[in-house]
Amino acid sequence: MENKINEVPRINFVDPEEAAIYKALQKQSEIIIEDKLENTMVLNMGPQHPATHGVLRLLLKLDGERVVGCVPELGYLHRGYEKLAENMTYYEYIPHTDRLDYLATMANNVHYVLAVEKLAGIDIPDRAKWIRMIVAELSRIASHLIGIGTMAMDVGALTILLWSLREREKIQSIFDKVCGARFTTSYTRIGGVASDIDDEGIAMIKKFIDEFPFYLHEMEKLLHTNKIFLDRCEGIAYISKEDAIAIGFTGPNLRGSGVEWDLRVKQPYLFYDKVDFKVPTYTEGDALARYYVRVDETLESCKIIRQCLEKMQPGSIIANEPKKVLPKKEEIYTRMEELIHDFMLVNFGMNPPKGNIYAGFENPKGELGFYIVSQGKGYPWKLKIRSPSFNNLQALPMLVKGHLVSDVVAIIGSIDPVMGEADK
Amino acid sequence: MGLEALLRGEDFITTTIDEVIAWARKSSLWPMPMGISCCAIEFIAVNDPKYDLSRFGAEVARFSPRQADVMIVAGTVTYKMAHVVRRIYDQMPSPKWVIAMGACTSSGGMYRSYPVVQGIDQFLPVDIYVAGCPPRPDNLINAIIELQKKVEKTRARDFQDKI
Amino acid sequence: METKLTNQIVLNKIKQKFPSAILSTEEFQGDFILYVDTNQIHELLKFLKEDSELCFEQSTDITAVDWATRKNRFSMVYQLLSYKNNYRLRVMCYVDGSLHHPTVSDIWPGANWQEREVYDMYGIIFDNHPDLRRMYLPEYFEKYPLRKDYPLMGNPGDFKLPTIIED
Repeated sequence: MENKINEVPRINFVDPEEAAIYKALQKQSEIIIEDKLENTMVLNMGPQHPATHGVLRLLLKLDGERVVGCVPELGYLHRGYEKLAENMTYYEYIPHTDRLDYLATMANNVHYVLAVEKLAGIDIPDRAKWIRMIVAELSRIASHLIGIGTMAMDVGALTILLWSLREREKIQSIFDKVCGARFTTSYTRIGGVASDIDDEGIAMIKKFIDEFPFYLHEMEKLLHTNKIFLDRCEGIAYISKEDAIAIGFTGPNLRGSGVEWDLRVKQPYLFYDKVDFKVPTYTEGDALARYYVRVDETLESCKIIRQCLEKMQPGSIIANEPKKVLPKKEEIYTRMEELIHDFMLVNFGMNPPKGNIYAGFENPKGELGFYIVSQGKGYPWKLKIRSPSFNNLQALPMLVKGHLVSDVVAIIGSIDPVMGEADK
Repeated sequence: MGLEALLRGEDFITTTIDEVIAWARKSSLWPMPMGISCCAIEFIAVNDPKYDLSRFGAEVARFSPRQADVMIVAGTVTYKMAHVVRRIYDQMPSPKWVIAMGACTSSGGMYRSYPVVQGIDQFLPVDIYVAGCPPRPDNLINAIIELQKKVEKTRARDFQDKI
Repeated sequence: METKLTNQIVLNKIKQKFPSAILSTEEFQGDFILYVDTNQIHELLKFLKEDSELCFEQSTDITAVDWATRKNRFSMVYQLLSYKNNYRLRVMCYVDGSLHHPTVSDIWPGANWQEREVYDMYGIIFDNHPDLRRMYLPEYFEKYPLRKDYPLMGNPGDFKLPTIIED
């Protein structure tokens, strides 16, 4: 009888659908330790897992405790966004953009509406631009708070998550006061914003940005000199400058590797060229550097909001272009012209000129871009969403090789993906 | 309050075993959050210091189905994910309940498109549907209270033959 | 950093090296678009990345458009970004009738998943791609959803629901 212990165990495919993924895993893995062991194990970090930021499936090929190959599988949250966009008007699509990066909802709204306004060539009034900047920066703080909190929670520090959620609740109360919904706001409109911020809202924002640095400092005192946190995150998943650019990183991940690139500074939109802020950049390129970039960016956002509140003047908040922008509700009920325009815009959509544009903006996670092809009708012929988390996750197989299984969780936390955006 | 008033003067209280078991089950419903998308963030917000879920005994969110009582499906379920959700539901020991949180799980929500299952009751038995997109945390706490009222009426022998 | 490149400089440089590749150009709302001949697309993109002055280090996005009624039904769109010059460029070319197209994942590693997504949604097959599988949809699914002849709600029976085992 042959000695069956030395045979490499073969995997029996019960599911013919899974065969392609396992084949890709075989191709991808390489043994990097000197003595080549014959028994490697395939571990499935499945779509339902407490630490993979959403429904991300990872197939890891392990040699003992070290990872030698990794194949991520997306698509468990694919909701058909691009096909939906071809069947509805530009206005009707605004609530859908909320749910893309569902941690920074206002930022997605602002960027989508900016892309459509670039296509149609609409100018918006100044006060609307300042308000859009304020809400986009508030949602940047909210998104980075979750990024900080979940990375700390994955590494083991549960207190930080509850403290950062407490701060996030304050931001959500501000959104509740400004636009009526605390989480999935659909606040911006093509041509401006839906409603103005009153004095009480401004007082709430001022109170928040005055108190926030103190609470952030409390979190820093607890975590940044903790030996366990530093040992678990320092030196993990190093990526060099050229690799980061080539693989498609954008956002805080790129700035953690030494590339000083921020779309708010290089290709400014709204009034970002009139406010003064730093772009935090760290050159180490490991998980800890990416974490520090996010912490520093929240303080920079507080600075931006303070300057916006000083420079904002009273004025109108929606543009005056009757053929493309929805008119005011009071006028619809009393005047004839506005009633006709409202009917045409809601039923047949705003008709931008024929052509195609690409507009990329700085989301908290990276560069969010919209590529819109318009044939002159009320609905787009094609709308493609360039999502930052999708391109950031592409680097995961490269970053994970050679590390232990427990580092995989810290690496995913440092990349900070959101599956609603990566799966579209 | 409740128990001391009954015990004043006497040394025992009378009840039925069914009521005691139902009271114990309803006061310690351990949820398993099947957090798929945006509703999961509102579920996390229910656990934070402002809307406290541990008042109702449900703060212990167990991510392993073998240790949980109620599965809260939070987020859009696609056809690819439906197999995973059903597998996890089959692994939970009974008595088990399901809360369908949000519009996407109740009826497909705002996504009327090819990959989204239009309502999870096509493959799971649902007990409570929660409306909202996403439901406010107060709404989810209301759903847990309604589920507690439903659990209070069950009897111990309802779950006798199920695994 | 100001833009050192203008549209005219880029156009002249490409015309010097590939005199017959560019079919037409377009400028729309501040974007610069090049329409390129399909046979020379791979060499042109390689030149755009490796030239020391143009230096387009990152492919921001790769996608395809389905023109339902034109003679060439699909066209590929490449969005390129140059960090050194702070300049964006778009290159479009038609896909020929056999639906095979050369891959650019050997030029930019970031194009790997982007091309897989185009294959999943439109069915365009990329030659010499290292790992051409479906990205978002399950492997048993046979259609290509973003084509214009696929309905929004899908055909009944395209996807399978889980089987329910009664205990």
